[in-house]
Amino acid sequence: MSSPLAALFLREWRVARRIGGSGAMGVVFFLTLVAIVPFAVGPDPNLLARIGPAILWIAALLATLLCLDRLFQADAEDGSLDLFHLSETPLELAVLVKCAAHWAATGLPLVIAAPFLGLMLQQEAMALLGVVATLLVGTPALTLIGAIGAAATVTVRRGGLLMALLVLPLTIPVLIFGVSAAEAASGGAVPFYAPFAILCAITLAALALCPFAAAAALRYLGE
Amino acid sequence: MSIDVPEPVQPPVDGALRLCVDNLSVLRGGRRVLDHLSFSLSAGQALIVTGPNGAGKSTLLRALAGLLPRAGGSIALEGGPSDVDLPQQAHYLAHSDGLKAALSVEENLEFWSRYLAQEPDPRSRTVGAALGVVGLGHVAAAPFGVLSAGQKRRAALARLLVAFRPLWLLDEPLTALDRASREKFALAMRDHCALGGLIVAATHEPLGLEEAAELPLGSAG
Repeated sequence: MSSPLAALFLREWRVARRIGGSGAMGVVFFLTLVAIVPFAVGPDPNLLARIGPAILWIAALLATLLCLDRLFQADAEDGSLDLFHLSETPLELAVLVKCAAHWAATGLPLVIAAPFLGLMLQQEAMALLGVVATLLVGTPALTLIGAIGAAATVTVRRGGLLMALLVLPLTIPVLIFGVSAAEAASGGAVPFYAPFAILCAITLAALALCPFAAAAALRYLGE
Repeated sequence: MSIDVPEPVQPPVDGALRLCVDNLSVLRGGRRVLDHLSFSLSAGQALIVTGPNGAGKSTLLRALAGLLPRAGGSIALEGGPSDVDLPQQAHYLAHSDGLKAALSVEENLEFWSRYLAQEPDPRSRTVGAALGVVGLGHVAAAPFGVLSAGQKRRAALARLLVAFRPLWLLDEPLTALDRASREKFALAMRDHCALGGLIVAATHEPLGLEEAAELPLGSAG
């Protein structure tokens, strides 16, 4: 990684760690969502074991979106975004590095917290492994897809809700294959690798396409 | 932390740069804010853009920085490296500082020096030296967010010094600065011109550059 991108990663990482908002808040939100589900559906262990992977995935999806709305807005407000346009580093790469740092600060803690929350949902060891593996592969796609929404709403005050409306439909494929792979890990009719491979493919496609879409939105709105 | 080994740098070609703006027109919100504006500026010169509010000073600077699309005309920085676009040879300083409140002044400037100066240039200053020029050495480790308005401005001005770029585009650079800081910044601008740099500044207040040319923009109409 060349020096400007390393510097950008370091800056984003430091900002995320110091403001504290994103990383810790995402995990706490994740914990809260998972904790309230048994109150709503009842404390039946069999039911929780069956719907556990889906709950963990939905909670991870919402927690990721919650943290994303400031991804570019903070830079737009303090003028950094204008300066990114003036750099020799392409905006697409800057978007990609910002997403990577954002995922490391907010997505990765969710993946690490997931098995502990899975225990609250009666998940067995294999199911826990499945959830962790699918979240590890799938949450980068959520961050990248969310970056498009964050870029498209960069000029909208209080754009978090609008961003969620834009992004949630786009994340449905990730959710479908993430949950089916996580459920397949603990047994079932579907083999684990088929949905898991598609999930990997979605993440790779998001890695290739989303930085361009988000950068295009930022360029257009910057004018 | 990686330590960059400075590569041998070719001596920069001084005095060859020339900013040429020809028949520039810019629309904002459907209104023609700049209409067939032409001027040119040679290396070592400063241009002060004046005019009432709404005359198009900020629009001109944003268009020069490549942040606004042109409706017509051309902007060129002649004599520079042909493979580098004009915005990448320019520093743009507007009302916002481009620095993060949560990071220390030093970390902020360290980041921009690495992000904006892709190749080491002997005319770039170290972060410590740049902070010395603007008189912020004593708060280098403090978070940017706790600085006063004038100190924030000085930190933003230090950004211009840590990565050498020949063209400075300054929009009201003196906001919130006290007299001593203004004099320091006037010195820094003279140094920049002496290094073969160009300055285009929009301001209502005297910058302290006697030799600077003036470009009055018309009233908003």
